[in-house]
Amino acid sequence: MSLIHLKDIEKTYHAGAPLHVLKGISLDIERGEFVSIMGASGSGKSTLLNILGILDTYDSGEYVLNGTPIRHLSENRAADYRNRMIGFIFQSFNLIPFKNAVENVALPLYYQGVSRRRRNALAMEQLERLGLKEWAHHLPSELSGGQKQRVAIARAIITQPDIILADEPTGALDSQTSVEVMNLLGQLNEAGMTIVVVTHESGVAYRTHKIVHIKDGLIGHIEANPNPGASPFGEGGLMK
Amino acid sequence: MKLFDLDQWDEILQTITRNKSRSLLTAFGIFWGIFMLVFLMGGSEGLRRMMSSTFAGFAQNSCFLMTNTTSEAYDGLQSGRAWSLELADVERLRHGVGAIETVTPLSANWGVEFKQGNYSMNGTLKGVRADYAAIEDPHLTYGRFLTDADERSLRKVCVLGKRVCEELFPDTENPCGRFVSLDGVYYQVVGVSKMSSNIGVMGSAETAVLVPFATMQRLYNRGTEVMAIGYTARRGQTVTALQPQVEHIIKRAHRIAPTDTQALFSFNMEAMFRMVDNLFRGIEILVWLIGVGTLLSGAVGVSNIMMVTVKERTSEIGIRRAIGARPSAILRQIMAESIVLTIIAGLAGIAFAVALLQGLETVTAASGHATSFQISFGTAVGAAAALTVLGGLAGLAPSFRALAIKPIDAIRDE
Repeated sequence: MSLIHLKDIEKTYHAGAPLHVLKGISLDIERGEFVSIMGASGSGKSTLLNILGILDTYDSGEYVLNGTPIRHLSENRAADYRNRMIGFIFQSFNLIPFKNAVENVALPLYYQGVSRRRRNALAMEQLERLGLKEWAHHLPSELSGGQKQRVAIARAIITQPDIILADEPTGALDSQTSVEVMNLLGQLNEAGMTIVVVTHESGVAYRTHKIVHIKDGLIGHIEANPNPGASPFGEGGLMK
Repeated sequence: MKLFDLDQWDEILQTITRNKSRSLLTAFGIFWGIFMLVFLMGGSEGLRRMMSSTFAGFAQNSCFLMTNTTSEAYDGLQSGRAWSLELADVERLRHGVGAIETVTPLSANWGVEFKQGNYSMNGTLKGVRADYAAIEDPHLTYGRFLTDADERSLRKVCVLGKRVCEELFPDTENPCGRFVSLDGVYYQVVGVSKMSSNIGVMGSAETAVLVPFATMQRLYNRGTEVMAIGYTARRGQTVTALQPQVEHIIKRAHRIAPTDTQALFSFNMEAMFRMVDNLFRGIEILVWLIGVGTLLSGAVGVSNIMMVTVKERTSEIGIRRAIGARPSAILRQIMAESIVLTIIAGLAGIAFAVALLQGLETVTAASGHATSFQISFGTAVGAAAALTVLGGLAGLAPSFRALAIKPIDAIRDE
């Protein structure tokens, strides 16, 4: 069974005039895949990612995550799923501004009831792996964009989730840093993590193994990318 | 999550100290509210004690009868007639009113010169019987009170008031057995009283000397004329209930119109006590209204600021939800912040009020009106418990507002 199974997912926003964002999305993502969801602005790709992350609800259809139907999940179970199964990476990092890097990274473990000493040790370990040891006790405002995103990645993976959901992870970064971040995601995927990236940049999408093109709330086509890294825009690079 | 979860305390501290001036202003409402409540409570309690000490030593169910000129013509007698109580009235009341416990005559002379050696002062000379002790507790420091034998034998013995003793015997601890001159007549001191009530039935007790009633009547040639009659009601009866019957008997005996309200004056201690009691009950209600009102407005302030804080923290709360915080964790956090802020501010308010009350106590003690203005420990504990509840209530609305924040709001908020 697929790790993620979506069937005829529909979603309409009712703020003002009804906006039919997703018009029946069916998609399966297997464990260990590195998938990108690509589309223009307003195509519904971020809404889809939010639904995948159980951050948003859907109107109809079926979403089964790791064998569990998500539709009628209680708030508490949804929180537990987000905490243990999913790691989020956002375009704007979404770090808590008054907590330093190590505290930010350790936060998901706090909600698992892990002791302060243990989770700080684990967070330090992650930061060290991502080359941020010296920045562990700095506030987000003292970090560069790339450093912030690496802290966010550390936070996303600290609970060893099944899936990483990344919403425009390079959107706020320069091209050099973007390459580093994508390389990092690539390494995580190689280590066995399932990664879903939403992007409107083809350079980012072509670093993944499967590219799902979304247009007007429907899946246009799914493109296999057997040779990730060799993007059509440049050797191993990302075109901004 | 445990109560003493270090992380949670850390979170609370971070939130409260992040915007110090705002936290301070928020807390001030609670601080001021509880300060007002505790200070006013302690203050009114102190005043009540001060008033109570005024009545100290007096039987609460006692009443004194005194005369005045009549205001109505009756039974062939003109209005404006002067009349006096007499010894026979004491017996009339004793036999006529079954619910009377003690009934005793009183006599007094004001501005009498008391002398002992080179010392002298002016005060009130009161003639009382032994049973007067049932109306006003003599609180003897030395010696004994007047006895029936003193009365029967017309002895020239006396009980000195506290200040009289201090003035006439400045160097002597116990003056019992010594002699004093009262209005030129020598009496032997048999006791010293420390009655200190400020209610002077015929003069303040501190500056009075008590002598046997019969002795005084004889010396001043008063015959059967009595200046006042004091009486108390039996247990389970009130003097207020006896008063009409007593007045009826006296008026009938002295041919006074039953409707004459001026001729006979009843100084009803019970009514006085009740009046003061009611006054303080009124003050207490007022204190509670002001204190609780201020406290509530403080709590509304906390709630209001917390609402703003939650609104500001939409993104942070959303992030926490996104990375796995259960709704209950968010609820607990906001509630805990509100409760901690309220308790810290409240305890500071209580401490400030207690310190100020202590100061007030020192000042009143120095001015000779010693009283205790302090609130009881139980009240303080109760106040702290009430603060916790109040903090919880203040945190309710912001907590539910925080709960309404969906993880998706955090991302949209960007």
